[in-house]
Amino acid sequence: MFSWISQVFMVSWFNLRNLKERLGTSLSTVVGVAGVVLVFVAVLSIANGFRTTMSSTGDEKTVIVMRSGATDEMSSGFGNDTAKIIGDAPGILRKDGIAVSSAELYVIVDVPKIGTDTPANVPLRGVSATAPEVRGTFEIVEGRMFEPGKNEIIVGSAASTQFVGLEVGADHRWGENTWRVVGIFDNGGTVEDSEIWADVKVLQPAYRRGNSYQSVHVRLESADAYDAFKDALTTDPRVNVKIEKKSDYHSGQSTFLSATILVLGLVIGVLMGFGAVFGALNTMYTAVSTRTREIATLRALGFGAGPVVISVLVESLMLATLGGLIGSGLAYFVFNGFQAATLNWQTFSQVAFAFAVTPPLLIGGLVYAVAMGFVGGLFPAIRAARLPVATALREL
Amino acid sequence: MTDSTDKEALVRVEGVHKIYTRGSEKIDVLQNLDLKVPEGDFLALMGPSGSGKTTLLNLIGGLDRPTSGVVAVAGERVDKASGRQLAKWRSRHIGFVFQFYNLLPVLTAERNVELPLLLTTLSRKQRAKHVATALDVVGLANRAKHYPRQLSGGQEQRVGIARAIVSDPTLLLCDEPTGDLDSKSGDEILDLLVALNRDHGKTIIMVTHDPHAAARAQRTVYLNKGMLMSEAEIAEMRAAEAVA
Amino acid sequence: MKFLYLIWRNLMRKPIRTLLNLLSIFIAFVLFGALFAVKTAFGVGVEIAGLDRLITIHKVSLIQPLPKGYGNKIEAVEGVASVAHATWFGGVYQDPKNFFAQFAVSPESYLALYPEARLPEEQKQAWFENRTGALVGRQTADRFGWQVGDRIPIQGTIWRTPDDSAWEFTIEGIYDADKGFDTTNFFFHFDYLAETTGFDNVVGWYILKIDDPERSAQIAAEIDRLFANSSAETKTSTEKAFAQGFANQIGNIGKIVISILVVVFFTLLLVSGNTMALSVRERINELGVLKTLGFTDSHVLGMVLGESYLVTLLGGGAGLALVTLLTRAFDLGGSILPTLYLPWTGVWVGLALLAAMGFISGAIPALQAQRLTIVDALRRT
Repeated sequence: MFSWISQVFMVSWFNLRNLKERLGTSLSTVVGVAGVVLVFVAVLSIANGFRTTMSSTGDEKTVIVMRSGATDEMSSGFGNDTAKIIGDAPGILRKDGIAVSSAELYVIVDVPKIGTDTPANVPLRGVSATAPEVRGTFEIVEGRMFEPGKNEIIVGSAASTQFVGLEVGADHRWGENTWRVVGIFDNGGTVEDSEIWADVKVLQPAYRRGNSYQSVHVRLESADAYDAFKDALTTDPRVNVKIEKKSDYHSGQSTFLSATILVLGLVIGVLMGFGAVFGALNTMYTAVSTRTREIATLRALGFGAGPVVISVLVESLMLATLGGLIGSGLAYFVFNGFQAATLNWQTFSQVAFAFAVTPPLLIGGLVYAVAMGFVGGLFPAIRAARLPVATALREL
Repeated sequence: MTDSTDKEALVRVEGVHKIYTRGSEKIDVLQNLDLKVPEGDFLALMGPSGSGKTTLLNLIGGLDRPTSGVVAVAGERVDKASGRQLAKWRSRHIGFVFQFYNLLPVLTAERNVELPLLLTTLSRKQRAKHVATALDVVGLANRAKHYPRQLSGGQEQRVGIARAIVSDPTLLLCDEPTGDLDSKSGDEILDLLVALNRDHGKTIIMVTHDPHAAARAQRTVYLNKGMLMSEAEIAEMRAAEAVA
Repeated sequence: MKFLYLIWRNLMRKPIRTLLNLLSIFIAFVLFGALFAVKTAFGVGVEIAGLDRLITIHKVSLIQPLPKGYGNKIEAVEGVASVAHATWFGGVYQDPKNFFAQFAVSPESYLALYPEARLPEEQKQAWFENRTGALVGRQTADRFGWQVGDRIPIQGTIWRTPDDSAWEFTIEGIYDADKGFDTTNFFFHFDYLAETTGFDNVVGWYILKIDDPERSAQIAAEIDRLFANSSAETKTSTEKAFAQGFANQIGNIGKIVISILVVVFFTLLLVSGNTMALSVRERINELGVLKTLGFTDSHVLGMVLGESYLVTLLGGGAGLALVTLLTRAFDLGGSILPTLYLPWTGVWVGLALLAAMGFISGAIPALQAQRLTIVDALRRT
């Protein structure tokens, strides 16, 4: 007689050879699993991409200072005195004796999103001359930087692709001022790529903000200087401010949206998974029932129940894995890097970001596919093993 | 569709050809065949495999059409009718009995017997009455609630016969009705068919390859290579069998 | 109807298969219902927004304030029946996670514009009379267990009290509304805000009711012309267009949700259509027997379609019913999507899809069955 292992191979081989006759059913299982994995990976890649964009904004050395109690820049605000005190705090990187710190304004302008006629809330940020150095990753990719004191704006690379009329040379009339786009900047795939920048000194009068600001962004000498910087300001009785690392601040602002998308993705993925498992179960039950006689014959010849169970599982796992590969592959090629923009409720402004289909997501999708294949094959396999040989042989 | 030339013959087959095409190959299953079956007849149709017995039965039952020639049953041109007309005509005039019974496994005996009546305008009560009568005729009144898998082969075939006669058709067509049964059950089925012919006046055409079964019919015709054998040929065949 | 039993028995031939098929259709429609509800919730307000209500905002952006004096000028425009104003407050109750929207409004005129909000007359009057009183929606009141008479502290973020202490409000009324109308909002007197902060000359936006919805475009244009070339130009649109524009801000995400729905549908359609095809293939012989007995091609077609319809309607109907009941009985959306529910239009669209799905998944096998010639069918034992 055969050894157990060769029995497994034999029975699996019989099973797979017979696959051709069940092509339609087997294909539908593959497509079903592929569909589930595609949707699962795609939805999670949205949350993933959004979170990545938000949390990659700023490094360990960039810090944002706002009025204490403010939840975001929009609800923050302080005068020029406070801004000056912040700029003089210890721990800030200095270049040629000048602190690398930028006092900024954050407002919103209505610009139509490409594909809709309706306005979207695009952030318009007034920045100081040192703003690029604070960021560290900033570079002009087209045109030039705005000239101080002029009604000129530069547009983030993501914003320029998502909103109407933000190309170099275009004019925009917002309020009493006409602004000219003079450059496109890239800030390393961060949330600030969704923004429009102008000279804060021009923006202040245009928005009747006098000499006030909403936030100060600073670059520290080193990541270790953070505590000293924070202590100095929080203990300073002249100011009442809140200090956060920029990466923490932006991550905090993504929690709501990415949690919503994540929950949505998981719910859809799990529900669909059930649907696909039902499909796989049907396929494998059919596979077992068309092979009833063959299985019984093999059993009568002395094959064990184990090889029969494994052969059914092998087929199911193979179909599901194939579906998983197709689904993950499709998700990667269609959705990875897909540009989208949506409203972040926490800042009431648009964030442009790219879907990120990362290796862990792909692996997750495959693992899910294999799990579906296992569940879909297990019960039919058990039925196959329990077939009473005598009656099964008589069965037509 | 009415045909009035020959009223006394219930079934009239004239000059029928049937050609099947398998790929590029043409097979003459029936060649210029003539057959008349009068009302009240019990005809056995014998012949070796591939002689065209079942094809002839299918033509008479309106399941298939001749390539050329005339098939008329109860004065209607079966070869000329549309699919829909044929379906209606079959439900009224023809009862089929199959070798492998062909009962629906998901229905009980009585529900199987009831099937042809679903196509009539009979009420549920009337249908139940007809079903009970038919099951009574075949002697299975006590098995009405059983599913096919709970019945023996002979019992299944009797349910099949009950289904064939429940709508009181003009003609019963049986394709190897005893072919799948042991000789005892087979004899019972043949007894039943003879009784249906003799006591209920049913006209029956039965395809069989079993001479023992054919002997129970009123008369037998032989088919060979798509043609009816003449008396002389039959005698010759008998002689050859006797030598063997 | 007499064929129904036959259809039913055929479905029960392989009960596990039928059950699994039913479940996957059930899930497809639970998903459909859920996504439709989510889509509706994202586009909240679009459906309930009245065409006879217009919104006037600052032309540059909603966050730019408008002079308070505009109110009288807008009211004087011909065709405008009444005007109210509202200002975003953006305060925090205990923790930023407890988010709900707060507005400083002109109480009498604002409430008059929204007959959708229902509350007892005495609560209404009490709110009008108490300068620090607040009117809150049922969902938010239930969320924090607030009762009429409770004092609620809310920390200002944009608007601060002189000593930066929390604002104190007294709940004077709790309003209810039909599903679809947001009952998470919190309203209080604009005067309270103005007197405390000193900003008494600007408001967030204006809402106005017009006599004749047909003339909305004309009236909107006239209002905007009134303030053209001023320091605060306006943009007036119908509340519906405004809500739609806001919903559009969600952007591609909404479209992606729709495409996901399409993928889900086709996947499950395929799975269930294949199951139907399988079950027909397995009993071609039986279908041949039925035809022999005199069942016409249409009978057989109808029977197979009947099976697929029965499964689809049972599974999908149960899915739609479940989502409808769950979203109407519970606030599943919580504070994230306060108006998460499956509207009747969703149910109708779902039923139409059910009909289409039942047809498509049954059509191919049904046609196969119909075309079957008896002789071929009987040969396949």
